Amino acid sequence: MWDYSEKVKDHFFNPRNAGVLDDANAIGEVGSLACGDALKLMLKIDPISERILDARFQTYGCGSAIASSSALTEMIKGKTIQEALAITNQDIADYLGGLPPEKMHCSVMGREALHAAIANYRGESWHDDHDEGTLICKCFGVSSRLIEETIRANGLTTVEEVTHYTKAGGGCTSCRTAIEEILARIASSREPQPAGKESAPAAPVLATRPLIEKIRRIEQELAAIRPLLARDHGDVELVDLQGQTIYLRLTGACSGCQLESITLSSIQARLQKALGERVRVVPVREISPAAAHCTP
Amino acid sequence: MNAAPIYLDNNATTRVADEVLTAMLPYFTEQYGNPSSIHAFGNKVARALKEARVQVQQLLGAAHDSEIIFTSGGTESNNTAIRSALQAYPQRKRIITTVVEHPAVLNLCKALQQQGYRVDYLPVDRYGRIDLDLYRALLAPDVAIVSVMWANNETGTLFPVEEMAEMARAAGVLFHTDAVQAAGKIPIDLKHTAIDMLSLSGHKFHAPKGIGVLYVRRGVRFHPLLLGGHQERGRRAGTENSAAIVGLGVAAVLAREALPYEMTAVKNLRDRLEQGILAQVPNVLVMGDPVNRLPNTTNIAFEYIEGEAILLLLNQHGIAASSGSACTSGTLEPSHVMRAMGIPHTAAHGTIRFSLSRFNTEAEIDRVLEVVPEIVRKLRALSPFWPKHQEAA
Repeated sequence: MWDYSEKVKDHFFNPRNAGVLDDANAIGEVGSLACGDALKLMLKIDPISERILDARFQTYGCGSAIASSSALTEMIKGKTIQEALAITNQDIADYLGGLPPEKMHCSVMGREALHAAIANYRGESWHDDHDEGTLICKCFGVSSRLIEETIRANGLTTVEEVTHYTKAGGGCTSCRTAIEEILARIASSREPQPAGKESAPAAPVLATRPLIEKIRRIEQELAAIRPLLARDHGDVELVDLQGQTIYLRLTGACSGCQLESITLSSIQARLQKALGERVRVVPVREISPAAAHCTP
Repeated sequence: MNAAPIYLDNNATTRVADEVLTAMLPYFTEQYGNPSSIHAFGNKVARALKEARVQVQQLLGAAHDSEIIFTSGGTESNNTAIRSALQAYPQRKRIITTVVEHPAVLNLCKALQQQGYRVDYLPVDRYGRIDLDLYRALLAPDVAIVSVMWANNETGTLFPVEEMAEMARAAGVLFHTDAVQAAGKIPIDLKHTAIDMLSLSGHKFHAPKGIGVLYVRRGVRFHPLLLGGHQERGRRAGTENSAAIVGLGVAAVLAREALPYEMTAVKNLRDRLEQGILAQVPNVLVMGDPVNRLPNTTNIAFEYIEGEAILLLLNQHGIAASSGSACTSGTLEPSHVMRAMGIPHTAAHGTIRFSLSRFNTEAEIDRVLEVVPEIVRKLRALSPFWPKHQEAA
């Protein structure tokens, strides 16, 4: 079973604002029975102040889909439309004390339903994914628009992450190449632009920077470890981070010490605790440039 | 929520029977000898293994105890059987299996396809049944092995493996069955069948995890998967897991004794549960073959709600079951078994498997029957599709 946070469990077992809102003037519906989850969000918006007076939901889906819907209604009640639109899927996940990576699509569904409801209120036609943008994932009806938005908003870098957040690529997997192309395009647009080029697209404002945040936490933890190593005239340095693998260089007396493996495993345990996820620490050794191409 | 937990997930794994544990314990302490050793320590253990082999032989109705090879479990047995056949008949490049096999067979077959083997996956109908005419048409001298499960783990559907084995024999093709879910739950009498190889797993019938069996009929060409020492007559290298083997032997005796109970009392409990749910909850479907089915398994689809949510609420009441829903496994689509049967999309994400054992009681089933309708009502009240369905109805 999933390791859901207490907040997710609470919102699943005791959903807030569940049911039909009779005098709703904004309704957003996303998802389908075939997809395995769906959310109908109903809002009552004050036409003068454009404030959300009440919000209710009906959700078909798993525990985290119901919890995300419940959280969303709590988050938007009392907010103006403008304030509500600023809510990201990460905000929904944060409100719930985090979601398992494979369940992030539940938070994306919440945000989609909110945008659909507000479009409905404004009399705009909110296009379901099936219609707008190129349809990338035919199994779950996910458009390039949603994939791009979600990659940018969450700083995603792998196809697996895109699948966790949008479901795209989680069915027959035939669209994985297309998702890779979108990732590559967005990655290249993130490259620093030459100065003075007016037409350069504005760098996307990322709601969160999971990678940078992770590196920061690793550095913090290493800083706390350093005094212990210094006692034995050693030091440690972060070399690289690839997914769950953290490359460290032990220097000074620590390098080549017979207790190196013990030192590394205790560093790994501390980093694991600090990051709250399973990581692997790999020592990097000094190598001659000639042998560089042999390293992983 | 303070009541004792109710375990209805016995197709996933079972509790070790008390008698099994008691029998195993001396093999961790005073009886620690290596059965291959000449001294008395080893001798005693070797005799215990011999006894366990006979006990398993009797559960399976095998003609000879030497046809029983102890392995680490169902996965190893399946891998060994299929790879052995391919090595024994190097000129044959085809395999026949079904779309609803356990991943231990399916993923092996996928890997073999990458290596150039052709695999035919028999489809199933809405009730999880195989078309035997199609199967007959696929049998040919270039098929190295047929591998078909005896009982499906998700639905409990039984395949006519005895008949299919006869057909394979007539075509001169080896027949293997993954009987991990069937062994200990239905009568098996291998000496009167044409089955050449059979896999079973101890932890599905109250033996510990990590012990299983591959039955290989005498005379069948065999190539071991693991090479090394001469254990198991050179067919499975590695020092025997003696305590677990002794436990498996006792579990086999207990299962054989309990078979009549399994076929009547456990089946009655299963039917009580199934009928109770069908009577109290609208819009439910029973998955799989309603007639040819394991006595302990029922798989019920609840329309318009999702399986993981049901499991979480059941768990809150101390009830353990499982689901073929996408969300429980972290995949995004319902299980391959549900998809293969082509069940309606209103139900595909809401399947719950209840699998019983001889340790379940009528009182437990009655408590589940009190809880389930309430859970379904709660989730349907949340579902946007339930009111739409009711309006339409």
